[in-house]
Amino acid sequence: MSDELLDTCERVLRLVGTDAEAEVTLTSGTESLTRFATSFIHQNVADAVQRVHLRVALSGRVAEATGNQTDDEALARLVRSTLDAAQLQPVDPGWPGLAPVADAPAVEHWDGATASAEPGERAARVGDFVAAAGDFESAGFCSTEGVTVAFANSAGQQLSGRSTTATMDGIARSGTSDGSARASSASLADLDGAAVGRDATRRARESADASDLEPGRYEVVLTPSCVVDVLGFLAIYGFNGRAVEEGRSFARIGEAQFDPAITLTDDVMHPLSVGLPFDAEGTPKRRLELVNAGVTSALVKDRRTARALGNGESTGNAVAGAGSWGALPANLVLAAGSVAPDDLVGAVERGLLVTDLWYTRILDPRTQVVTGLTRNGVWLIEDGRIVRPVTNMRFTQSYLKALAPGAVRGVGSDLTLVGDATFGVGAYVVPSLHLASWNFTGGAKG
Amino acid sequence: MFEYADAAVEAAMAAGARYADARVMDGRHESMDARNGEIEGLAQAGSVGLGVRALIGSGWGFFATADLTTEAAQAAGTQAAAIARASASVPGKDLELTPVDVRQDHWESAVKEDPMTVPLATKGDLLVAATRTMREHGADVALASYDVWDTTKWLVSSEGHRIDQHIRECGAQMNATVNGERETQRRSYPGIRGQYGTRGWELVREMDLEGNAARIAEEARELLTAPECPSHAATDLIIGSEQMALQIHESVGHAVELDRILGWEAAFAGTSWLDLSQLGSLRFGSELMNVTADATLPGALGSFGYDDEGTPAHPVNIVKDGIWVGALSGRDSAALAGLSESGGAVRGDGYNRLPMVRMTNVGLLPGDSSLEKMIEATDDGIFMDTNRSWSIDDKRLNFQFGCEIGWEIRNGKRGRMIKNPTYTGIGPRFWGSLDMLGNESEWTFWGTPNCGKGQPGQVGHTGHPSVPCRFRGVRVGVRG
Repeated sequence: MSDELLDTCERVLRLVGTDAEAEVTLTSGTESLTRFATSFIHQNVADAVQRVHLRVALSGRVAEATGNQTDDEALARLVRSTLDAAQLQPVDPGWPGLAPVADAPAVEHWDGATASAEPGERAARVGDFVAAAGDFESAGFCSTEGVTVAFANSAGQQLSGRSTTATMDGIARSGTSDGSARASSASLADLDGAAVGRDATRRARESADASDLEPGRYEVVLTPSCVVDVLGFLAIYGFNGRAVEEGRSFARIGEAQFDPAITLTDDVMHPLSVGLPFDAEGTPKRRLELVNAGVTSALVKDRRTARALGNGESTGNAVAGAGSWGALPANLVLAAGSVAPDDLVGAVERGLLVTDLWYTRILDPRTQVVTGLTRNGVWLIEDGRIVRPVTNMRFTQSYLKALAPGAVRGVGSDLTLVGDATFGVGAYVVPSLHLASWNFTGGAKG
Repeated sequence: MFEYADAAVEAAMAAGARYADARVMDGRHESMDARNGEIEGLAQAGSVGLGVRALIGSGWGFFATADLTTEAAQAAGTQAAAIARASASVPGKDLELTPVDVRQDHWESAVKEDPMTVPLATKGDLLVAATRTMREHGADVALASYDVWDTTKWLVSSEGHRIDQHIRECGAQMNATVNGERETQRRSYPGIRGQYGTRGWELVREMDLEGNAARIAEEARELLTAPECPSHAATDLIIGSEQMALQIHESVGHAVELDRILGWEAAFAGTSWLDLSQLGSLRFGSELMNVTADATLPGALGSFGYDDEGTPAHPVNIVKDGIWVGALSGRDSAALAGLSESGGAVRGDGYNRLPMVRMTNVGLLPGDSSLEKMIEATDDGIFMDTNRSWSIDDKRLNFQFGCEIGWEIRNGKRGRMIKNPTYTGIGPRFWGSLDMLGNESEWTFWGTPNCGKGQPGQVGHTGHPSVPCRFRGVRVGVRG
């Protein structure tokens, strides 16, 4: 498959000719998702994905185009219209040129059985989840995705890779509460619908008949799902090289901006990661340490932001279609600690265990103040023991302060792949966290 | 293109479906970005393909392909039926579809100036000029962009629908960002999401981006030294029409989506605080509150001729004199809820996405007041405008919104500018406090081109007619 795609890339480059710099990306595969709600499958879809992306630069005049047809006529049309558009553009002074020839790391998160999974295999896992929920109503999805991507540019760079991802994600509903659970892997065979369903059902049962809690500052234990949310905001508004270039970021290299317990990398080679070993510009990914024991140590950059910052090369974090947003890490890994999740709870004097965060939005990118709500199970902890479920609460909290020096009281040993990172780019591998303070600004009823 | 849709539907029916429909969609998109006086990106995208939906028992199946041949269309229909059969292995209640007139028709949106044929240089010059002006007036980062969509679709159903539509949409936006010592402020125009409609390039020309560039850059810089929004547990709050559009979108539009009310979005987008047993009797807001979902509004972003199930566009009353009376629905959700007809609100964002319940033009009907009168009638309050942040719970009840800019209102006059204004509330309590409503001359059809919903994710284009409004006793100034 990848040879075929690379051949098509070469066909496109030949059509472009030698007057323009050009890069081509071909994507092919299948994305399938089986969705259930009120305990039955209500939406069940599959898409035979086919996409071709071309970017050209004619003496610094840049245009890009995307299509989904790969016959000769369609490719010729795509090339012609992209070159025509580039000719009409002014020179882009920030054009960084094409990625040079370089090998990508030898890593492949691929499982053939997942790539070719039948609808019945997803439906069976959904059935297992629904059965495990028993009398509780259930909802969620089981998805499988397998894509092959080929990249080539006129500077001679040529790469291909493939990746699979499978996710089982759902809630059980008691009538007064919801409980969630999820699992992701490169292999569908790793996913046990019944186990995920039992987990969600336990949370729903244990959070039933919740009562209100006075808003205020509380210690929190955040599950991996919540931690992914926190890291997503730090990534897009902080470690993103463009945010730094524009003066909107908190990130200052060499400063101890985080608790010493925080070590954060972008690492597609991590055994739990999924995804491809190169970025949208054909730059190989590498292990990039963003925070080392609390000290901010690097930014993520695409070619444009690397050039603008003037102090280094792309880190392999260009994202297709990110446009003015800049570069993003797709494979964040937060180093695990040695504390079992139950022991994180055991160390809380008075605080809350939070399953999920919901509808989080930035109020101030520089200070990372974010508002949002809890969802799918919140419990009050006193003297290390869960004493009762509480109703969902709104918070308004600086994510930067939440992880600041002295603010992290424990890091879990439960390193987990969360399949859908905040802002929809990549999948992160993270543990649970015990934090000293979280600012809850209102109850669910206002 | 109808022949491929025909082939897919016939194949799905031959494979055991009791109903099938297929859409061929040919979509083109063009966008350009300028930053600090330079064009930074021009992207053109095109996709064409077919998506087919099959119903077996109570189970739906959907399959999409970019391969537009008769053989591939037939295979897609067969595959959709196979997926529907897998769905039926975890079955729900019996599922029917509300009846709809079977039409063979053509519809297209009206444009004066086709945005795809306006020269790239003309479009680029506009963005360059606007961003240069913002920089000259104090912006540290000045951004401007436009988007154009041109979509043609052909629908065929096993009931006999045969409808093609050509919908053209466009719009633009710009913003000025300034950095202070410890904070970043931003002003956007015409709104945080710009302004978009089912109109031609004339919409962008009418915005006068360049004429507003200096003002927003200067306002952004002024915000750096403005006082913080005060914190009050309850105050009079006047909200500009752009922020009202978002307020309607989040706390009314999503709340009245029937798929959410039925629990079909429970695990992801969430449910709704609304209970179907209270349809027709529940008080949603004050008597001034009248909301419709109307896909027939000329030029509004949520307008079309037919939805993706072939239901003709028509106005639907959602809230009448403050009482909840209607929902956004499709043929299956309406039937399951016991409604007599579909609300005609089902759309997919491309050939490869399952059509689902989406907002059309969900908006507030105007009243007889005005922004000026509201300020005059307010002794002590705050006026907020232009959305900055938005967050609402999974039942669409508890919300907190931030705006880019605000002003104190004292003794009927607009006072000091304030920064970081936020307000929070609970849907029906908040809407119940609505006591002044702008008039028809202030009625703006705001367009939201980025409404996310569904798994796999889809981006919906929705419209929100709105006016400035005043609310009493609102909590403002929530801080982190």
